[in-house]
Amino acid sequence: MTKENKDNTSGKISRRDILAGLAALPIVGVIGYGLMRNKAVADKLNSSLLSDIKPEIQSGIPPLIEGKTLRLGIVGTGGRGGYLMKAMGFVHPDRIDEYTTNSKTDKYWKQYLEEFRAQENLNIKITAICDIFDKNAERGMAAGANVHRNGTGGKMDDAPKRYSTYNELIAADDVDAIVIATPDHWHVPIALEASRKGKHVYCEKPLSWSVSETYEIRKTVKKTGIVFQLGHQGRQTESYNVARSLIKQDVIGKISLIEVCTNRNDPNGAWVYDIAPGANEKTIDWKQFIGQAPWHDFSLERFFRWRCWWDYSTGLSGDLFTHEFDALNQILDLGIPNSAMASGGIYFFKDGRTVPDVLNMAMEYTDRDLTLLYSATLASEKNRGKVIMGHDAYLELSDTLIVNVDPRSTRYKQKLEQGIVEPFMPIFSYVPGQGAVDAVTSPTEKYFAGRGLLYTYRDGKAVDTTHLHLREWINCIRAGNGAQPSCNIDQAFQEAMAAHMGTISYKEGRRTYWDKEKEMIV
Amino acid sequence: MRYTKTQSFALIILRITVGWHFLYEGGVKILNPQWTARSYLLDSGGFLKGFFETIAENQTLLAISDSVNAWGLTLIGLSLLLGLLTRFSSIAAMVLLLLYYLSHPAFTGIEYMFPSDGSYFIVNKTLVELFALLVIFAFPTSHILGMQRLLKSNKTFLD
Repeated sequence: MTKENKDNTSGKISRRDILAGLAALPIVGVIGYGLMRNKAVADKLNSSLLSDIKPEIQSGIPPLIEGKTLRLGIVGTGGRGGYLMKAMGFVHPDRIDEYTTNSKTDKYWKQYLEEFRAQENLNIKITAICDIFDKNAERGMAAGANVHRNGTGGKMDDAPKRYSTYNELIAADDVDAIVIATPDHWHVPIALEASRKGKHVYCEKPLSWSVSETYEIRKTVKKTGIVFQLGHQGRQTESYNVARSLIKQDVIGKISLIEVCTNRNDPNGAWVYDIAPGANEKTIDWKQFIGQAPWHDFSLERFFRWRCWWDYSTGLSGDLFTHEFDALNQILDLGIPNSAMASGGIYFFKDGRTVPDVLNMAMEYTDRDLTLLYSATLASEKNRGKVIMGHDAYLELSDTLIVNVDPRSTRYKQKLEQGIVEPFMPIFSYVPGQGAVDAVTSPTEKYFAGRGLLYTYRDGKAVDTTHLHLREWINCIRAGNGAQPSCNIDQAFQEAMAAHMGTISYKEGRRTYWDKEKEMIV
Repeated sequence: MRYTKTQSFALIILRITVGWHFLYEGGVKILNPQWTARSYLLDSGGFLKGFFETIAENQTLLAISDSVNAWGLTLIGLSLLLGLLTRFSSIAAMVLLLLYYLSHPAFTGIEYMFPSDGSYFIVNKTLVELFALLVIFAFPTSHILGMQRLLKSNKTFLD
């Protein structure tokens, strides 16, 4: 020790100094070798996994087509209608106040407000609204006037005109297109009227409440050539598009089983919505609410919680299964199943509702050799995921996408034997905004991929899929070349029929079949 | 400083192994263009959770954080291994480790997505490594084994 210190202060560099000075160089070499080995293995895995796979990833959002300001009428300005208006840039000023107050203490609200303010202006004007509950109508008018996205006291434009019936709203000269956000039993009658008058339609899901009206609306939309979009905003989810491209390239092999689910566990999720103060027979046009439904005396519960009664609703099959169905139809072009069998019951929410809160459905696609299983409960949040099971791998979908290899896979047999892939572990993951499908190689990536961190980004920017879905519809209207948006009337027809097959099966306690030739449920 | 043989051996071994760890962690990140701290930052907990999430969600801040991490770890690793500017690099290393610790503090009641490799309460391996660097800082050895010895400098800060 003392000798070394002496060497170090003598001012002369000895051989011993050089040895001690550079002693760590071989260690750097060893680490460099380790790094190169690690990189070589990762590169090999990467290239070997992605060698013959070319996933298609949409880049960015197609530009908004320029044109005249589109004049819109909104039928139904309650919860969902209000959300659709927000997705088009129109929010009640007191909601802006609320966002502003919340954003002072909560950065998530701050981001929410910033994203709303940054949301693209779609060059539309809301000229008309119709709601049969006064309070909703007044709120809709105030939101429609809030062109500049201000809070209370800010600059407002003229409020849209309120109509007491949808017929008058559709007939108005200053309405080019309408948005329907009413209870299910009103979707088709309003959409029909609008189509006949040549007004374009964005209709909330599901398409129809009864089987017979489904044929009529399809026929009319096709005949009149209006631009029709069904409100399945999942059509804009990036990971679904990527899944479609992966399946086309046979990444997961022959698909035999698909499992989807609904897992909610709170009163709001079970459609037990609040009853608005000030709601009564004077402020609600009850007769108009009933429409084609069987007559029932005035009921606030039925008005606000209409999803709980078959009289106005399509239950779990129409309301929530359709989200899953439409996603799969988008990915796999499933179409209407050959048969459906459903069972379930009212097992938790014994509040007088007629629609089940637990529903299980098995849909057979005999010409595709696969079964689609749906299980739903409104009284447990246990998520069974959205899983497409192939012989070679299974694909798990949410906002993210993960492909896990099957240990008995034929396609990946060699790679499994070589240890390039591990059974049941993710091999590909896709996270929106990342711009690429990654071959999953490191343990950290595998872990995070498996847990599916939640992202809602497109090209690194947070976007609202409902905004994109409405935007797509507006672009088709402006293009005026006969192009229809992604969830067009044919897709909507398939969605409605699949849902009705499940509902009929549940109600009648029998298996329902789709007669392809006659296009009928039997 | 004067050490016994055992003391200098122990201190040098500590410096080399910590340097090894830093250099390899940094090198792996530099060599993987896909690497980003985003998931790790989004998984943050504790009282600075919001701060780390802000970095993860901002493209520019995230890019800076990724570069600082990858190159910071690599250069610190090289410095500790080669025995050059080790007092400076051990301070930088402590700052990095403190940030890692604060993003994933071992407090009870905080759950992380990424699993821990053991059971910890307040003290975890990150904190232990941080204090190991304090030892490296307090007991310099690069004048004994390291490039510092060749520079014959008397500036202790460069040790």
